[in-house]
Formats: sequence, structure tokens, C-alpha cells
Amino acid sequence: MTAFWILAPVMVAAATAILFVRKAVHAALLLAVVMISLAVLYAVLEAPFLFAVQIIVYTGAIMMLFLFVLMLVGVDASDSVVETIPGQRVTAGVFGILLGVLLLIGIAQISLGTVVGLEEANSGGNIQGIANVLFSHYVFAFEVTSALLITAAMGAMVLAHRERLTPKPTQADRAAQRLRDYAETGAPLGPLPAPGVYARHNAVDTPALLPDGSPLPSSVSRVLVARGVVRSAPDLADDIDEVQRSLGVPAAGQGPAPATTEEEQP
Amino acid sequence: MYALAESAPLVDPATADGTLSLLWLVVALPLAGAVVLLLGGRATDRWGHWLGTATITGSFVVSVLLFVDLLDRGEDERQVVLHLYDWIRVGGLDVGMDLLYDPLSALFLLLITGVGALIHVYSIGYMSHDPRRRRFFAYLNLFVAAMLLLVLAENYLVLFLGWEGVGLASYLLIGFWQHKPSAAAAAKKAFVINRVGDIGMALAIALLFVTFGTTSFSGVSALAGAATESTLTAIGLLLLLAACGKSAQVPLQAWLLDAMEGPTPVSALIHAATMVTAGVYLVVRSNFIFDLAPNAQTAVVAVAVVTLLWGAIIGCAKDDIKKVLAGSTMSQIGYMMLGAGLGVAGYAFAIFHLLVHGFFKANMFLGAGSVMHGMNDEVDMRRYGALRHAMPVTFLTFAMGYLAIIGFPGFSGFWSKDKLIETALADSWLVGLLALLGAGITAFYMTRLMLLTFLTSKRWRDDAHPHESPAVMTVPLIVLAALSVLGGVLLLGDWIVDWLAPVVGTAEHHEPPIPVLAVTALAVGVVAVGVALAWFLVGRHEVPVTPPQRVSLATRAARADLYGDAVNDHLVVRPGAALARGLTTADRRVVDGFFTGIAAGIGGLGRGLRRAQNGYVRSYALSVLGGGLLVVVALLAVTI
Amino acid sequence: MSDPVPFIALSAVLFTIGAVGVLVRRNAIVVFMCVELMLNACNLALVTFAKQHGNLDGQVAAFFVMVVAAAEVVVGLAIIMTIFRTRRSASVDDASLLKY
Repeated sequence: MTAFWILAPVMVAAATAILFVRKAVHAALLLAVVMISLAVLYAVLEAPFLFAVQIIVYTGAIMMLFLFVLMLVGVDASDSVVETIPGQRVTAGVFGILLGVLLLIGIAQISLGTVVGLEEANSGGNIQGIANVLFSHYVFAFEVTSALLITAAMGAMVLAHRERLTPKPTQADRAAQRLRDYAETGAPLGPLPAPGVYARHNAVDTPALLPDGSPLPSSVSRVLVARGVVRSAPDLADDIDEVQRSLGVPAAGQGPAPATTEEEQP
Repeated sequence: MYALAESAPLVDPATADGTLSLLWLVVALPLAGAVVLLLGGRATDRWGHWLGTATITGSFVVSVLLFVDLLDRGEDERQVVLHLYDWIRVGGLDVGMDLLYDPLSALFLLLITGVGALIHVYSIGYMSHDPRRRRFFAYLNLFVAAMLLLVLAENYLVLFLGWEGVGLASYLLIGFWQHKPSAAAAAKKAFVINRVGDIGMALAIALLFVTFGTTSFSGVSALAGAATESTLTAIGLLLLLAACGKSAQVPLQAWLLDAMEGPTPVSALIHAATMVTAGVYLVVRSNFIFDLAPNAQTAVVAVAVVTLLWGAIIGCAKDDIKKVLAGSTMSQIGYMMLGAGLGVAGYAFAIFHLLVHGFFKANMFLGAGSVMHGMNDEVDMRRYGALRHAMPVTFLTFAMGYLAIIGFPGFSGFWSKDKLIETALADSWLVGLLALLGAGITAFYMTRLMLLTFLTSKRWRDDAHPHESPAVMTVPLIVLAALSVLGGVLLLGDWIVDWLAPVVGTAEHHEPPIPVLAVTALAVGVVAVGVALAWFLVGRHEVPVTPPQRVSLATRAARADLYGDAVNDHLVVRPGAALARGLTTADRRVVDGFFTGIAAGIGGLGRGLRRAQNGYVRSYALSVLGGGLLVVVALLAVTI
Repeated sequence: MSDPVPFIALSAVLFTIGAVGVLVRRNAIVVFMCVELMLNACNLALVTFAKQHGNLDGQVAAFFVMVVAAAEVVVGLAIIMTIFRTRRSASVDDASLLKY
């Protein structure tokens, strides 16, 4: 019972938190807590098979499925706190409390008698016992579940399948599109320029330099620009000059000094 | 009343054989003509009028053959019945399509087919320019066929079939020029007023069936003695209502004057041979009922007297030649009804007057048509005058009819009207005197008509070029004029009384309160006074072409048909319309309001409940949880 | 050995919390999670009763619940994906067209 008294408050707290957290991911994690705790309680209740299944199937598979979907739908999507249906929350709360109270009253009313315990049933092993029952008494229901699972799999596939409405673009189409973009917007025909490659520093977060020494923004990934982690090329240019000076080579470009502010912009 | 003294003779016909089994042809010929002409369509346009005339002439020939055959038979064997087929056989109701041929229907057959044939011939000329002439002849044939079925029926139900057929055909013919709103309205009016009478007919038939279990004349006449007098009176009054509708008796007289909207041959047919005589026929045919219901007979007499004066007074004030004749018809039918109401003594004279009236009224209507034909369809007598030179044949034939109707000694009308007045005087001096008065008024307005139309000075419109009508129109006029003059021969040796005796019975001879000769002299005197009065009031002066407005109250009333329409309007039409309006309003406000109110209430409830269906899954889930909660509460409540 | 009543009570509490979560959360995925929570609460009760009665039927039933829950999650998440794809939203309140 020790495990129970430790886990029960945790479970209730986690479950209650599900009602209040704003982000769905947090709700999923809280639910995982409840489920793992439940698995432990199963073990306490002499159900090792269900203990394993709870962790593998529920916590492992189903919760992962939830997380996958959350990822597809958007992790950031958080509930707005404004209630759209008037009176829904209050009524739900009242009903919920009422239901809980009534159920507890009902539980308090009954007397369960002595606990028989599963020592005898589990004498040949819990899994063997379940298998005995499952494949004798419940074999038909078991077979029906297989049909159910296949149907569910089929349904999920049908629902998730997206029909292609337009023909798949061919290589010729893509080439024509690229030329059209070039004609209209001046987009580069070939691949974008690679980031800077330097003797002392060589990374994707550094823009390449044009022949006049100015950096080329389009050579760096847009994601890095958005994150604001792009290194400044002129700093490196100074390094280059220093290297050149130390080698006694005259500066390559006497042109205007590279702008230092331009590449700071995202 | 005489009738109480003896019961009416039974209708006990033998089965038709020999020539008489051709009876069905009389009806079938015109009916076939109507069917062919109506279904044949345009294909029959060219020869349709000839076919129509041929069928009715064929009918006439068959009628003559039948009549000759009937003449050869003994007096007891002059009733034959021809069973065509079982018409209705449901439970206790067994109605055969039976035709009864007896002296009464024989006379009607001759009148209807004879005069009808003449009118058909006349119509060939009269309607020659009408694009719908073929249809006109089809309707005429239908009209005659229905009337023949009416007079040949052996039971009231077949009679009713003909009765309604006549109503339908009259509707079609009065409204023949349906492009004129007045004609359409007149047709509708005739139809509606006839329906009022038909209610009486239908109820009478129902009452007959309830009382006697049969509607055949033979069955009813055999059982009539067993029925209570009140039942018979009720039947008699209902039959009288029916007769009033068909024969344009007061109070159902209003349609007759408007019926002049139809082509003139139609007016002649309605007034002389068919339709309006149906009421008289019905009363005479039902003698076995009326003889046992003296109160009903009294009602018939009262209606008749009122009508004969009513029609005569209207006739005095009208300027439309056809309306004058229509008023005169109403009045003359009143005489016939009077005869029919007088019981056994009067039946024969009523039929006699009906026959001769058929001759001279057809004559005069066709004559009027001839005048209109020559005067560009002008009907205002104030625009006639001095037509005797322009239309000598029409004038002479019309004059024959005129002398017949006013009862000039020797002419047919003299004999028939004289007999009727004599019988009426023998029955009640008041009725007799009123009939006498009617004769005087008749003389007045008919003389006025003659003066305005054929004598006095020309008052024609500028574009009028009166001319004599073609032979196809004048020949029928001449035939009818001859019949008008000579119709009185039927009375020779009381032939018609004896002839009809098997049908209507024989009256005991009663000495009139005053000698017969005195009555005749009195009648002739009254007629002479009427003629003289007309001469002094109309003939001597110059006739104004527009009717004078400063006239006596009586004239004004007569011009307005004695306010018959106004009475109908106030008593029936307006209350009916008000009732209908009230009912529609009540229906809309109360009944509809009730149901739309319920609907609106439920709709509102639905709109309210609809709010619960807000589309939010969570809201529905809340409801589910609430339901679950209730279940838990219930479970706890049960266990605790 | 151990008293089953606390386990049952815990099960009831978790079930209630899950039910309320279904009612108050609007993100379809979180609502789904709350449904799973309710199923798990039931499983706890089943396993507890298995021990109480000394046979394995309760555990087998819990096993079946897990299988069905797995199938349900697969289909349910696919539906949520489809809805999200068309509506760009995972809120159950946005899909409220089926109404008056």
C-alpha cells in the first residue's frame, strides 16, 4: 500500500493539472506520468502482464502517437482561455464534483468482503493464467479484436491519405518554372551560393564574400538568419587582411571598406 | 275540389311491341345527332346543320308513326312501356331505363319534335352567318333529346335525367354567344335558378323512394292511395318547387327574361316546345299525387295565378320585343299551371293550352327573330313601326299568332283559354276573375306589341333596311301560323279530353255558376277592352323613340320585372354573400387562427429547443454527463 | 492483503477528472487524452476487482479495453488530422457546423 499512497496523490495532481495546462504537450507529459504510475499500481495489484502492456502499449505507443500528432498539428498550438460556450465550465465543474461525490458515496456504501487475492490464479504464472483465460473463454472476442484492429488501421489510412489533385511535376516542368521565376523575379537559375569558406574559419553560419569584400546574405540559410546566429563576415575579413599583412602581400581590394552593418540585418 | 271525389287512373302500361318498340328511336336520333356533331368537330361543319335537322325530322316521323299506331289501339291499351335496360339496381333501388308511351307523352312527342323540327329548319337560315352553327345544332339536338327523354320517362329518376339534360342544354344555348358577358351571366342565372328547382325535384324523388320504395309512375300511382295526405302534400309541394324552377313560375321566374340573351330560335325552343313546359308536364304527369293532395293543388293554383298576372304586367312595360314575348310566356305558362292545379277538370285543358301555345308562341318568337333578322338585330320596339309593308309574310304569320294568343274567337287560343277560364270560374270565382283579368292584360300588351312593331309610323334607325326573310325561315312561320289558327280542332267533340282520359281521368261534369256562353262573351269582352285600351294608349299617339321617364309607379315596377331581381338580390344574393364573407372571415380568423396558432406555438417551441442544438460537441457531452449523473442518482436512490 | 477501496476511489476520482477534462478542454487532442484517462481509470477498477475476486477475468477485460483504446486512438487521431488539415484548427468548438 505504500506505493499506492505515494502514487495516488501524484496521479490525482497530474490528472488535475491536465485540466489547467495550456500547452497540449504538457498535457501529454502529465498523462504519461499518470499512466506510468498506473503501471506501477498494476504491478502492486499482481498484474505483471498488464504492467508491461501498460508501459509498452500505452505509454510507449499511444502516447507517442499523441505526440506525433501534436507535432503535426503544431506544438505551439495552445488553448485560448476564453470559454466560447456560456456556462460550460461552471456546469462541467458542478457536474464533475457531483459525479465524483456520488461515486465516492456509492463506493462507501458497498462492502466488498474479504480479498481473495491472485496467489492461486497466478500460481502457474500470471501470463500463462491470462493466456489460459484469453484463448479459451475469450477466444472469440480475441479474434474479433483482430478484425477491429485491422479495420482501425484501414480507417486511419483512408483518413490520412491525401489524394493528389494535380499531376506530379516533371523535371522539364521544374526547369521551365525556374526560368520563368528568373525572368519574373530575377531568382538565381542555379543553386544558391555556398556560405563562406575561409582559411581560418569555415562554417555555414558565415556568409560568403563577394569579390569586393562585401558579404552575400543569400549564401546563409534563412533559418540561421532568423535565429540571429550569423557571424559577421567583416570580422573575418579583418583576419584575412591581417594574414595578408603578415605575409607581406598587398591588400587585394583597395575598394571601399565593407559595410559592417549590412549583414547584421536578418 | 273535384279530385277528392275520385282517384286518378292507374298507370298500368303494357309492354311495347310492333311499331311501338321503335320508341327508343325518338330519343336516340337527336341524341346521336348531338354526339356526332359534338365529337365530329370541324369535319362536320359543312353538313352539321343538315344532320341536326335530319335527326329531329326523323324523330318527328317516328313520332307520327307511333301516334298513328296508338290511335288504332283501344282506349285501354294506350299505355305501353319499353324497357331498354336496367339502369340502377342497388339494394332496394331498382331503376330501369324505361320509356312510357301514352296519350300524354304522345302529344308531347308530336309537339316537341314537330315544333322542334320547324325551329331547326328556321335556324338553318337564322344562324347561317354564325361560325359556330354546327355546335348550335348539336346543342339544339341535345336539348330536344333531353326533353324527349323527360316526357318519355317511366319513372322519376329517368325523368330527372332528362330534366337535368334540359337544364344543361338550356345553359349551353342561352350562353351560346358566350363572348357577350350578359349572355354568359344570363346562362349562369338560368342554371343557378334551375338548380333551386332541382333541389325540390331531388328531394321529391328521395321522398317518393322512401315512401313507396319505387320511383316508377306505375308503382307510385298504384301505391299513392296508401300514403298519408301529409306525405303526398310534401311530395306535391316539392314537385311544385321543381316545376317553378323549370317553368319560370313565381318565385323562380327571374331567369326567363334574361334567357332572351340566347339566339332567338333558342328562345322559341325554350318557350314553345321544351323546357318551360316541363313543369306543366311534371304536374300533369304526377296527377296521381296531386289528386290526393288538395293543399298542394291549392298551392299550384296560387303560384299560377300570381305568375300569370306577373308575366302579363311585365309584358306591358317592356320595349324589348323578345322580353315582351318572354313575359307573355310566363303568363301563359301560368294559365297552364292554373289548369294543372285545378285537378282532373283542368289537366286536359292545361295540355291543350300548352299545345296551342307551343304553336303560336313558336310562331311569334320565330316571327320576332325574322323581324330582328331584317332590322340588324334591333330588339327595341320603339325603333320598329310600319313593318307590315317590308315584311308581309312575317306580319301575316305574326298576326295569326297574335290573334291566337289574345283569344280572338275562332283562333286556337280562344278555345283553350276560354276553357281554362271557364274551369277556373267553376272552381273559384276569384281565381276565375283573375284569370279573366290576365286575359285582358294579355290582349293589351300583345296589341301594343303589334302596334309598335308592324303598324304605326316608321321609327327605324338610319342604317336599317328591313327586308323579308328567306324561305327557309318563312316556311316554318307559315306552318306554325296555320297551326296557330287551326289548333282549336283538337277540342272538336272534346277529343283531347277523351284522348287524355286514360292518363288524367275524367271529371264529373259540373254546371258552372254562370252559363258557358256568358263566360265566353265575358272573356271576349275583356279581351276587346284590352285591345281597345292599347289602341287608345299607344296606337293613337306618336310613339317616342326613347322610353318616357315620367311614368307611373306601376310602369316603373313593371319595367324592373316587378323587382324580381331586386328581391332575389336582397333576400338571397346579398345575405348569401354576407354569410360567405362572414364564414370566410370566421374561417380565417378563428379556425385558421386556431391551427396556425398551434403551429406557431410548436414552431416557437422548436425555435427555442433548437438553441440546444448549438453544434458544440462539448455541450452535447455535458448533456450526456448529466444523463449519466441522473442514472447514478437513481441507482443510489434505489439502493439507499 | 491490501484494501481495494482506495484503489476504487482513486479510479472514481480519475474518471471524474477525465470527464471534466472532456467538458472543459477545447483542443481535440487534449480532449482525447482525457478520454484515455477515463479508460485508464476504468482499467484500474477492473484490475482491482480481479484481485478482489481472485480470478483473471478482470485483467483480461482490461487488456481488451487497451486493445479497443488503441484502435480508437488510431482512428480518432486520423480524424483529428483530417479536420485539422481542412480547417487549420484542432479546436472542437470550431467544428460546430452541424447545428440549427
